[in-house]
Amino acid sequence: MAAATAPPSTTEAPPKSELKQRRPRPSGWWLPYALLAPAIVFEVVIHIIPMVTGIWMSFLKLTKAFISNWGNAPVIGTKNYEVALDFNGAVGSALLQSFLVTCAFTLLVVGISWALGMAAAVALQGKFRGQGFFRTLFLVPYALPMYAGIIAWKFMLQKDTGAVNHFLYDNLHLGGDKPFWLIGDNSFVSIVVVAIWRLWPFAFLMLMAGLQSIPTDVYEASAVDGAKPFRQWRSITLPMVRPVNMVLLLVMFLWTFNDFNTPFVLFGNAQPPAGDLISFHIYNASFLTWNFGSGAAMSVMLLLFLLLVSGIYLLVLNRRSQRA
Amino acid sequence: MKFRTLAATAAIAALALTTAACGGNNNSSSPSSAGSSDSSGSGGTLTYWASNQGTSLDNDKQVLTPQLEKFTQQTGIKVNLEVIGWNDLQTRIQTAVTSGQAPDVVNIGNTWAASLQSTGAFMPFDDAAFKAIGGKDKFVKTAMDTGGVAGQDPTSVPVYGLAYGLYYNKAMFSAAGLTPPNNWEDLVTDAQKLTTGGKYGFALAAGSYTENAHFAFINAAQNGADLFDKDGKPTFSSDGVVNGIQRFLDLMQKDKVVNVANAQYDNGTKAVNDFATGKVAMILNQNNADNSIVANGMTSDKYGVVPFPAPSDAKSQVASHVAGINLSIFKNTKNKDAALKFVNFMTSAETQTALDKPFSALPVLNGATPNFTDNAAEAKTFADIYSTKSKPLPLVPAEDQFESTVGKAMNQMFAKIASGGTVSTDDIRTAMKTAEQQVAAAG
Repeated sequence: MAAATAPPSTTEAPPKSELKQRRPRPSGWWLPYALLAPAIVFEVVIHIIPMVTGIWMSFLKLTKAFISNWGNAPVIGTKNYEVALDFNGAVGSALLQSFLVTCAFTLLVVGISWALGMAAAVALQGKFRGQGFFRTLFLVPYALPMYAGIIAWKFMLQKDTGAVNHFLYDNLHLGGDKPFWLIGDNSFVSIVVVAIWRLWPFAFLMLMAGLQSIPTDVYEASAVDGAKPFRQWRSITLPMVRPVNMVLLLVMFLWTFNDFNTPFVLFGNAQPPAGDLISFHIYNASFLTWNFGSGAAMSVMLLLFLLLVSGIYLLVLNRRSQRA
Repeated sequence: MKFRTLAATAAIAALALTTAACGGNNNSSSPSSAGSSDSSGSGGTLTYWASNQGTSLDNDKQVLTPQLEKFTQQTGIKVNLEVIGWNDLQTRIQTAVTSGQAPDVVNIGNTWAASLQSTGAFMPFDDAAFKAIGGKDKFVKTAMDTGGVAGQDPTSVPVYGLAYGLYYNKAMFSAAGLTPPNNWEDLVTDAQKLTTGGKYGFALAAGSYTENAHFAFINAAQNGADLFDKDGKPTFSSDGVVNGIQRFLDLMQKDKVVNVANAQYDNGTKAVNDFATGKVAMILNQNNADNSIVANGMTSDKYGVVPFPAPSDAKSQVASHVAGINLSIFKNTKNKDAALKFVNFMTSAETQTALDKPFSALPVLNGATPNFTDNAAEAKTFADIYSTKSKPLPLVPAEDQFESTVGKAMNQMFAKIASGGTVSTDDIRTAMKTAEQQVAAAG
């Protein structure tokens, strides 16, 4: 991605570096390595070791009988994976169900958040009075501590005392009984709305920054040629913020697919099937049953899936941008 | 240049989001009082994790502190107290077992005893240990039986006794000309009569999986059904269990004596509050509900308690599981003697008398009289339920999985009923078969 956007500098680089290599080692050559060392140590400790441990755990029968002494847990090969992937069994079918719910959730949340973020960023692109106020206002959900925000939603979504039902049924006088929002099938709607509320300011922030890098003369030139706002958006704005969009969509996809906090705070530890997102499902599957081997196997599969999707996404998009 | 600015913005934003996420994740597991979790190494100090027995975590601390000071005076051993809420306690114990960073002494829900015993992280009370705490015989047998799997040295000893009772509002019953029910059929007709004018006959913590699991067990026990067979295999889909669950669900589904909003009650306190404020006529609760009822302004002469009634053709008159809190010592404690002294102190007659009242607990010691309420009839009823009408939850390692799988399935069924669906006997059986498979897969 960085290489794709800045090719000219890389073509100039090689001769310079060859020159440098022929010179004797300058004093203090080790300094960059020394400066990098803490980062590498932390990378290993924080990323690599837990990841390898997780993969190793997924091949163990790490149930509560062995949890106090991991060393004794017997290796059972791919048994954990077989159980998780046996979609006729109770564990596998629940995992599949949760996976499908998460896919639908991710599509809706990322799509709508992006659209909202784009709309708000375009609306605030030109200069006008109160621009700063609206920018700040739109960023409020992003600035709120996550727990506080979601707990406020939890109160608002209560059946009898919540603000949502009060507004819809007492103020707008919709007919019928007040529905539940946090149990049953409606919980899917609730969690999508809350997740969008939380995520879209990020899309807005990124796109706003992207839009500011588009020179105004391009718009002026197109206006002279008679382009209407939508045509300007489609032919100028979209291609010019393409690099932003590429990263933004990928990051939003990863965060949303892995979302743990929203269901955890919204539903507590008894999640309704319609709001059973996958990382929360894995947490429940391993922490409530104390079967950490099985939970690790599910996590490894989630990791592989996300790597696969991200890899394909970057490969396809990079190839397309090189061709262009 | 522009791209670089953008990348920097993205990086900062990403950092902000991930750190926020971390903060959120850790919230439930980070120790709330600094330094208490690993101070067990020094000689004269014990770390004690207490469960939430009073009206709040602070209330627990206030009640326990004078007792702990007394213990320090007697023995010179200091105690670091941390009170942990029920939502976090199991996760905290789990983390302690997994990491070895454990307290010395911990309160556990007695239904977890067998499950926790199977982790091997807790000290078995052998003869010497029992001698140090005053002998096995000082405990009521019903309570002591919950200490662990039968036939092995228990890994926990009882400290507070609890039992379920049916609380009823005396004024509402006499206004309707009713007497407290003796069997299930009466309970349903009474509740139907009392469900009028925006008030309901009954309130349930229908969104709490632990409460639901307890009632699955009690109703199944009244039908003479067991949850596990002799080999420890789950038998949740047997007729007795399924019919018992159906009977309980029908309070909301068929008899309509429970407000559908109760499907969101994820802990017992909400139902207790409805009862104490006169919105419902009856609740099923353990005797520690007294705290919250009184805190809501309902005095102990305004309500009565009877055993949770079984159907007239029931095979057994079980009205409660043997509920309560046990004390366990972590096996890798460096202060075993001090820990035993502490358990001895907590289960001594004097401390028990001092703590039973503020925590509304039944005595676990032989010969002790219940003092948790000034309502003599209530005390007698609970003592009777505890000693003659209680059955322990199955003492098998998979017991905790029964609670989470069956309890959660019942949450979903109540949710379905509340949002207008119906749950048939076949639906229950299918859900129970799934729960059986989940338990089998976890083992």
